[in-house]
Amino acid sequence: MLAYILRRVLQLIPVFFGSTLLIYAMVFLMPGDPILALFGDKPPSEALLATVRAQYHLDQPFLVQYYYYMLGIFQGDMGTTFSGQSVNAVLERTLPVTGRLAVMAIGIEFLLSIIVGTISALRKGKASDHVNLVVSLIFLSMPIFVMCFIAQYVFAIQLGWFRPTVGGQNDWGDLWLPAIVLGLSLYATSMRLMRGSVLDTLNQDWVRTAYSKGLPGYRVLPVHVLRNSLIPVITNSATNFGVLLVGATVTEYIFNIPGVGNTLFAATLKHEGPTIVSFVTVFVILYVLVNLVVDLLYGLLDPRIRYA
Amino acid sequence: MKRNRIALASAALLVAGVTALAGCSSGSTPKPSGDSGSGDVDATAIITTNGSEPENALIPTNTNEVGGGKILDSIFAGLAYYDGDGKLVNDMAQDITVDSPTTLTVTLKKGQKFTDGSEVKADNFIKAWNWGAQLSNAQLNQSWFADIVGFNAEADSELTGLKKTDDYSFTIELTSPVANDFATRLGYSAFYPLPDVAFDDMKAFGENPIGNGPYKLAGEGAWQHDVKIDLVKNDDYQGDRKVMNGGLTITFYASFDAAYADLQGGNVDVIDQIPESSLAVYQDELGDRAVNQPAAIFQSFTIGEQVAHFSGEEGKLRRAALSMAINRDEITDKVFNGTRTPAVDFTSPVIDGGGEALDGGDVLKFNPDEAKKLWAEADKISPWSGTFEIAYNSDGPHQVWVDAVSNSIKNTLGIDAAGKAYVDFATLRADVNKRDASGKRTIQTANRSGWQADYPSLYNFLFPLYATGASSNDGDYSNADVDKLLADGAAATDESAALADYKKAQEQLLTDLPAIPLWYQNVNGGFSEDVQNVTFGWNSVPLYYEITKSKK
Repeated sequence: MLAYILRRVLQLIPVFFGSTLLIYAMVFLMPGDPILALFGDKPPSEALLATVRAQYHLDQPFLVQYYYYMLGIFQGDMGTTFSGQSVNAVLERTLPVTGRLAVMAIGIEFLLSIIVGTISALRKGKASDHVNLVVSLIFLSMPIFVMCFIAQYVFAIQLGWFRPTVGGQNDWGDLWLPAIVLGLSLYATSMRLMRGSVLDTLNQDWVRTAYSKGLPGYRVLPVHVLRNSLIPVITNSATNFGVLLVGATVTEYIFNIPGVGNTLFAATLKHEGPTIVSFVTVFVILYVLVNLVVDLLYGLLDPRIRYA
Repeated sequence: MKRNRIALASAALLVAGVTALAGCSSGSTPKPSGDSGSGDVDATAIITTNGSEPENALIPTNTNEVGGGKILDSIFAGLAYYDGDGKLVNDMAQDITVDSPTTLTVTLKKGQKFTDGSEVKADNFIKAWNWGAQLSNAQLNQSWFADIVGFNAEADSELTGLKKTDDYSFTIELTSPVANDFATRLGYSAFYPLPDVAFDDMKAFGENPIGNGPYKLAGEGAWQHDVKIDLVKNDDYQGDRKVMNGGLTITFYASFDAAYADLQGGNVDVIDQIPESSLAVYQDELGDRAVNQPAAIFQSFTIGEQVAHFSGEEGKLRRAALSMAINRDEITDKVFNGTRTPAVDFTSPVIDGGGEALDGGDVLKFNPDEAKKLWAEADKISPWSGTFEIAYNSDGPHQVWVDAVSNSIKNTLGIDAAGKAYVDFATLRADVNKRDASGKRTIQTANRSGWQADYPSLYNFLFPLYATGASSNDGDYSNADVDKLLADGAAATDESAALADYKKAQEQLLTDLPAIPLWYQNVNGGFSEDVQNVTFGWNSVPLYYEITKSKK
């Protein structure tokens, strides 16, 4: 087991180098001159342009720029943005916000999907099951931005239950509306997965045995059925967490949440190399680590699975 | 029975949950009532508004975009400021005199202070301007000091044209006779003074600037990046911009949709931008609280001299034909819902002398028959082939109007016309500025162009765009008569003489049409029911210091 974990962690190293090189190359290849764009409609003199470019090492060939950047990384310095802030500070500021949003969204999605999924499976074929499936289909088919706008308009502007945007107040209690919308967008697949898993488990021998032993429903369900059905749903939710962490960009944009998605989007528009590469590299590492945790979790929950 | 119990329980849980959620959300807002303006004014109220994260640190000579500009204009006071109509009003200066076409004398009021207690003296201006002009400091606004004697764009050089006569006065000597126009520029943010402490560590200063304006930062760290900045009233400020509220909080919105949603929900007091999607309905939704007035923004598209079929006599005919083939009234009405005004000149009606009809202005009116006639004449010189394209950047709201203009041309002249989309602004500018080995521009399409005035003067709309070799002359247009008229206007000591020169220059531009004027953009904004006295200045930014908020 330990050897497995070590192997997976070591795989991170080539992934890290490969992704930084690839993203850096892509930013480098983007057409247009970001420094010239800084001046807007009023272009500067050649000398000024050259001086500003030199500040960001943008006058050097690609590999030299990459070298400077990696040198900084190994000293813990992820570079500076065009406005002079350190990317480390930007990341420190934005990651917790998106983290909170992701945790809340996954929590809502997970709880809702296991409750509704179980109920739906137990009442398979009846009216409530059909209603649940149709409702989940509606959420599945709505693009996230439609849900965001509708939620913002109905619940925040018309009814006034929440504030329309999040902005600076982005602690746990302020993120309810975007978290609910995000959770609902992921809920559909999760709920159907739970429903299918419970249906599967209900047909297993040991459940039939439990019932025939005379155990009551309220004992069979949580102990024998749910525990076994949760495995695929937990791993699905954990993977979704990794996805959400790397940027619920559209949601952050509409609700004005200062998280990683929003910041990365703005940096991409400005062709701000250090920010883009640093953020994406951190995301890649986070996503790989989350996937590793998910795989280990799977092994923990299901004793039939062993890692060599 | 079990089923019912579970159903009941889950229903109860749901209700409880939603109620808890509603209670949990901080600051839930009630629906706005019809009551507005009645009641006492709260002199300590904080006004909230929208803004964007400054692209650079808050240093006046390095800020050339509205995000940082909005903040700087509130926390600094320069020699003069522009009032709501664009008139120059003395702020820190007692007196600004134009002695000759190349010299000015500035005298400061005594006893003005920065918020750290140090006094505003002539040195604060001279040192700040010198700092901005040095090449090694790489300040984005360096070009603003180009007219001062001693300026060198290629190397570090002291501005010897700034001579201190005593602690509170100094003279400015210019390299060309533009003193009259230079005086009007002095309200621009590049000319703000800096306290002595700024020069010790400019980087740290840019994070927590110390200014001398009507507002000041609420404290250390009042600027929360990407979130907002808190400003409070500065009691040390003795200038004419009396602050009628307690402070200003500028929230940085990622999109105008979010800002508009906040206005509808009562979460923000004033916004100065309406998202594209709501332009058609915002005036109905906000009623009296909607703002739609002319701004100092001019839109056009430029056809460079190097574009095939557009030079010489043939070029003049084709440009006039294109201009007359565009139905500006219809486009501003249908596409822009009245938030643009068809252009009658090359400037803006907000500026003194701008937006007035010119001789030869008929070329800017929709005239399909005349357009077809001129185009046919041009075809006699050299027949037209291919598509007429207007290049634009897709990261802005331009596709709609470019398509509308292209269709207008297509339907009137019967030629193929379309927009050419570029991924973003940087890519578009790169292509527009590309030149071949002989220095000639290479782009073969028209490109969208426009100008937002930096300071309220006709010279600012004309010189940078149409003077020979000027910095934003996208089409390499060159006409000696225009150059002379612009120079005369800038050197004129009499305002009406200058305006007459600029008028003549524009009339020449109407015959050459280096750029086809389209329309003036309006400023669109709105405010909530709790605030009053919301006026928008000449530069499309509200005069925040005048806004009052009623007591809740």
